[in-house]
Amino acid sequence: MADFFEHTLHFPVWLAYLVAALIHCVLIIHVVAVGALIFIWMERKISGRIQDRLGPTRVGGAFGWLQTLADGIKLIAKEDITPGDADVMLFKIAPYVSFAASFCAYIALPFSDGWVAQHLNSAVFFVLAVLGLEVFGVILAGYASGSKWSLFGAMREAAQVVSYEVPLGMCVVVPVFVCGTMNLVTIGNMQSGLFTNWLIFNDPFTFAIFWVYFTCAVASVNRAPFDLAEAESELVAGFHTEYSGLRWSFFFMAEYGSMFLVSGLAAILFFGGWNGPFPIAEPLATTLVNVVTLGNAESWGGLSTYLANLMGCVNFLLKGFVGVTVMMWIRWTLPRLRIDQVMTTCLKYCVPLAAVCFLGAMFWQLNGMPTGNDLMGFQRGLQTEGWVETADREATAVTPAGSADLSADGESLVPVAADRSDGDHLSGLAENGGAG
Amino acid sequence: MPLELEDPRVIEFDVRTDEMLVNMGPQHPSTHGVLRLVLRTDGEVVSEVEPHIGYLHRCAEKIGENLTPRQWVPYTDRMDYLAGMNMNLGWSLCVEKLLDHQLSEKALHLRVIIAEMGRIASHLVGMGAYGLDLGSFSPFLYAFREREKILDLFEEACGARLTYSYITPGGCTADLPSGWLQRCADFLDQFEPIIQEYHALLTTNAIFIKRTAGIGVMSPEMAIQYGCTGPVLRGSGVDYDLRRDGEARYTEMYDGYAFEVISEQNGHYPKDHDYPAVPKDAVLGDCWHRFYVRMLEVVQSVDLVRQAIDRYSTASGDYGVPIKLTTKLPKGEAYLETEAPRGQMGFYLVSDGNAIPWRVRARSSSFCNLSVTADLCRGCLIADIPAVVGSLDVVMGEIDR
Repeated sequence: MADFFEHTLHFPVWLAYLVAALIHCVLIIHVVAVGALIFIWMERKISGRIQDRLGPTRVGGAFGWLQTLADGIKLIAKEDITPGDADVMLFKIAPYVSFAASFCAYIALPFSDGWVAQHLNSAVFFVLAVLGLEVFGVILAGYASGSKWSLFGAMREAAQVVSYEVPLGMCVVVPVFVCGTMNLVTIGNMQSGLFTNWLIFNDPFTFAIFWVYFTCAVASVNRAPFDLAEAESELVAGFHTEYSGLRWSFFFMAEYGSMFLVSGLAAILFFGGWNGPFPIAEPLATTLVNVVTLGNAESWGGLSTYLANLMGCVNFLLKGFVGVTVMMWIRWTLPRLRIDQVMTTCLKYCVPLAAVCFLGAMFWQLNGMPTGNDLMGFQRGLQTEGWVETADREATAVTPAGSADLSADGESLVPVAADRSDGDHLSGLAENGGAG
Repeated sequence: MPLELEDPRVIEFDVRTDEMLVNMGPQHPSTHGVLRLVLRTDGEVVSEVEPHIGYLHRCAEKIGENLTPRQWVPYTDRMDYLAGMNMNLGWSLCVEKLLDHQLSEKALHLRVIIAEMGRIASHLVGMGAYGLDLGSFSPFLYAFREREKILDLFEEACGARLTYSYITPGGCTADLPSGWLQRCADFLDQFEPIIQEYHALLTTNAIFIKRTAGIGVMSPEMAIQYGCTGPVLRGSGVDYDLRRDGEARYTEMYDGYAFEVISEQNGHYPKDHDYPAVPKDAVLGDCWHRFYVRMLEVVQSVDLVRQAIDRYSTASGDYGVPIKLTTKLPKGEAYLETEAPRGQMGFYLVSDGNAIPWRVRARSSSFCNLSVTADLCRGCLIADIPAVVGSLDVVMGEIDR
């Protein structure tokens, strides 16, 4: 996009990048804010359904879908209270730190093939690292509130999130080394074709590690049964006890933002990202454009790719929503764990399980053992032939992924190069293993 | 020079961080009203808990010394506001004891129906609120859904949904409306299978067991020493229920009814065939057992109401006409304890011969049950405090009166 401003509109370089960055930010902030709006409404409706009641029914029509907006307006209109004992500056910036962390992680999260604010070679790493910063805001909030309950909540969150980063990282590494790249766009594209290409079906260990990942993800975004930091029956409201109005709502937006983020990450790492279970998006889009343009699809250039990407985006959002829905379902069903039990779950179950799966998946990969695709007897999709043959992957997976944005970016060359070296290394290892 | 540990406490003292005094309540989501607990904590570990009460004191007993017994009935509603019917019953029986007033057979069975329905409603709240204390929201709604139906039935009978004043000295304020018994029986048929849902969501839930089993263990001796009663006492395995062991004036209501006291004897509960098994982590007298006793009592109350409906429809006599407002009380005193849902609820009445009693006192079960908090919570984690206090199922209105 920066190139577009620089070359087509002849902006100075700094301005081109600034404008591009701003546009991306505005888009993503809307994804997070509107996403939170929808998720809060969903949470209300789902909890209502689970608990045998209706949930909101009035604001905005029969389904109460504007309820969250009305609440948002109420929160904005509320008095901004700062407790007398609070460390005012820290107290005021804490929600924004929390929100910014959750929001920044979206920068590297692709919504469809190439639809990402910033292509990063190390997207997986970036997302995890930035998401981990969210705890920083929470600790600030707990410390600065000048309330003992807030402090308890913050300390719990710190202990919990820091421990859960370990198994979470180990889980995320498995799909990364199966694919040989940390680039989320590439990982997503490598799973195109039939659903048997999804990494969760790659081998038994990736299947097992998905569940470990999901457990750790729920814990790291502080959802029940791991919502100790805001355990209302024990700590009143935990770290946000003293917050009100808009600042309080920023914590909520951060929470829901993170929820979708970890679900989206799961969708990309394990469930094929924007690729549906059957590879119909591309032909469907081409057919559609053909029909509409009376067979002149060729001359319409990127339109069918764009349409296919749009369908992929819907696919991705659906997968993310399923993850969030499951988190809500868990929340409204299970009681809360105690702090020592949360730690036990992490250190005694999640870490060893993740380690075993990590080693197992590595073993599987090195020996070139059959993937889900091989077992089911399906042919691999065209694009996934490059799973071992790196040169092919580069040609098939990245270029059509293409979208004008990516290929014009210039930066896309970097991930490809990185992929090649990684992939070569892996395939070399695989050959050795097979020979041995 | 070899290191020697002269005094292990020194090391312990060294490791300790600063202790913090934390005030839990009186405005706190899980202190069940206006209980205030002062916690001395070392990190998450609680070294001392001190309950403070009195935030809901409304001088109910003193008011009782300025009203006739029938006029005081509404004040008993407001003591244990989750089991108003059972409070009415305790007071009415006490007044009737002083007056030596005998009720007809029909009135007795009516009281059994109402009291046991009240027990179900009260235990449902106790169960649901306990789920809330442990962070599980949905059982609370499921419990309230069924409680609503009981309240509907009560509303039909007496016009009120929370503060009934239905059972009064002399009988009840009105007879049951026509068709009520059938609707009550229908409710029981519909309600009984739902108890399995509660077991699935709470009793047998792995996290629930983790949170409650082995927490707040109270030995039978300790329970007796503190004067605990009701499910709290029976959860420790003491076989004591005033419906069987109480005074004749109270137990005559339950004459001829088939029921067993719910407490673990020789390692098992009565009628344990269709109840979930006791998990292996659970220790007799812990939070899980107190909760479990309540759940089993609900089933038992359903059974009792069914029996009472059968016997009520064939019994002779009337529903019991309330005594006149101006009835002079005979000189003397009367004390009577009943088995309210939360335990032993005693009323004491001294009369100097007027229509208005000279002294009225209430003995609250929650007060004694709450007094064990400090002992049970010593050394536990902060998260265990709602678990322990919730399992005692106290109602502050009854403690402070």
